[in-house]
Amino acid sequence: MTSYLELSNITKTYGHFTALENVSLSVDKGEFVTFLGPSGSGKTTTLMIIAGFEKATGGTVKVGGLSISELAPHQRNIGIVFQNYALFPHRSAVENVYFPLQMRGVSRAKGMKQAEDMLSLVGLKGFGHRHPKELSGGQQQRVALARALVFEPSLLLLDEPLGALDKNLREQMQIEIKRIQRSLGVTTIFVTHDQSEAMSMSDRIVVFERGRIEQAAAPLDIYHRPQTSFVASFIGESNLIPATICCAGNKTAKSLALGSVDYAGADNVLLDGQEVTLLIRPEHIKLSRNPVDGRRNAFMTVETIVNYGDNALVIGRAGDIPLRVRVLGADVVIIKEGEECCVSWTPDSVFVITK
Amino acid sequence: MGISLSKLTEKADIWPWLLLAPLGIYMLIFFIVPLADVAIMSFTEPKVSLANYQKVLTGALYQRVFLNTFLTAAFVTLCCLAVGYPLAYLMANSKATTAMLILLLVTMSFWTSFLVRTYSWMVLLGNNGPLIAFLQMIGVDQPPQLLFTRFSSTLAMVHILAPYMIMNIYSVMKKIDPALIRSAESLGAKGWSLFRHVYLPLTAPGIANGSVLVFVICLGFYVTPVLLGSPREQMIAGLIGHQIEEFLAFGLGSAMAMVLLVATLIILTIYHRRFGLDKLWG
Repeated sequence: MTSYLELSNITKTYGHFTALENVSLSVDKGEFVTFLGPSGSGKTTTLMIIAGFEKATGGTVKVGGLSISELAPHQRNIGIVFQNYALFPHRSAVENVYFPLQMRGVSRAKGMKQAEDMLSLVGLKGFGHRHPKELSGGQQQRVALARALVFEPSLLLLDEPLGALDKNLREQMQIEIKRIQRSLGVTTIFVTHDQSEAMSMSDRIVVFERGRIEQAAAPLDIYHRPQTSFVASFIGESNLIPATICCAGNKTAKSLALGSVDYAGADNVLLDGQEVTLLIRPEHIKLSRNPVDGRRNAFMTVETIVNYGDNALVIGRAGDIPLRVRVLGADVVIIKEGEECCVSWTPDSVFVITK
Repeated sequence: MGISLSKLTEKADIWPWLLLAPLGIYMLIFFIVPLADVAIMSFTEPKVSLANYQKVLTGALYQRVFLNTFLTAAFVTLCCLAVGYPLAYLMANSKATTAMLILLLVTMSFWTSFLVRTYSWMVLLGNNGPLIAFLQMIGVDQPPQLLFTRFSSTLAMVHILAPYMIMNIYSVMKKIDPALIRSAESLGAKGWSLFRHVYLPLTAPGIANGSVLVFVICLGFYVTPVLLGSPREQMIAGLIGHQIEEFLAFGLGSAMAMVLLVATLIILTIYHRRFGLDKLWG
């Protein structure tokens, strides 16, 4: 399958400041791709360059094989949902959705009918006559989504659209957006700094940091096989342990804090003596009173226990390395703050990061 | 605890009125009482009757002057809009320093005394003034009469009232979320359609505010039309002054003032019903 959206070597500089550096990315038709990264990482700048509101200093943007780099925003046929929805306050919901059709010369009778149908699709049947200020945040969001989709755009761009919603509504909207995106099959770029949002919604996550793409991969790959320490620490909770490969043939690394650690695999060729970072996710570490047979064991002094009811986070120290362990709520009773206990894991849960 | 709290709220109830008192008393003595006096005079001078109103509402001269006043106010409002809208747009969409400079120019004319501005126009437009001299220089043999015409009074009134229009529209333009314009562009709007379907409706409240303000102020304009305008095309305030100063017809003048006041209040009421009066002042 050839790629549908193609970013090639996009660079953006403001004076001496480089906001984006050689960003290249291919997105398939119908794919849901999330740009994830901290603020200032370049994810929104990339989105604005795709939309045409920012001009790239270098590089090209192609959609369906044709370059759109030279087109003005209104010529690009791209639907955008802005962070604050940007609904027109002087138009009712259905008139907002009709707007892009009106701009394309669709007659009022036909366009309003189409707009009503789109509102039904996003679950707002019967709300068309209301003005934006008479709608809740979630409803405004749906109107903005309907407006960005009604003209069958070649791309849908979502710029942190869920940021202003409360937690329950946000989860509901995540499912809604995903459902609508699937039913229309529209190629979608979703920008967020919320990693759980990225994990739950995307076909693929692109992690941005300091104007570069750190990694672009499926959510579970990003989670289990992060290519850089930044990705590992930004996505999910992580224990990052500095270590040295001591024997690549035996798949063993040596860490000052944990002693020798076996690992199952790595994505890169490792050499003896190479400095690496070992990733062990907190939920892959088991907590026990005594060492467990068949697992790699270490000792940890418990410092803090944070209870969440169904699970708990145990924070402690093994040597001079801080460790975080996720345990089931019921298991946490065996341990108290200040005590020493055993932590253990299997080689499968150790992933070697070389960068 | 409960007692002290209720005492506090009692105090809080008095405070606003106490703060309002100086202005309230001032307004009562120097505005409400004289206004009431005018209202009473309109019915009692020279004797108790409705004759003054009959004259004002049916007399051909007065009808013509009222009509002329309203038409002039409407025309001045339109001119202010035509001049003010592009300038406000320029202010709202240029760099901070440029915007400050324009703002300074606009408000500077605002700080200058009313009379000075009016007399300046007399100098500029007079028969020995620079504008006539310029027209003669470029070969106009018999330059038209500029001063003491409808042209000169309209020009001066637009100059004086345009800042009200500009500031009202500017404040609305400044508050427009840039994301709205971007979103309109992404949805396919450009140029004229972007202006007509998005920008203009979004700035409409500013246009309405500015227009009502300019129109209402213009209705009661006195000095400028009297000093610069044609004597044959008086506005109502000038006629009122005329009646009172020259004919000592206090009753007739008062009746005209009351009709003007009621007309103004009607306009403001309609505006309030539609937009809310509180928005008029920003």
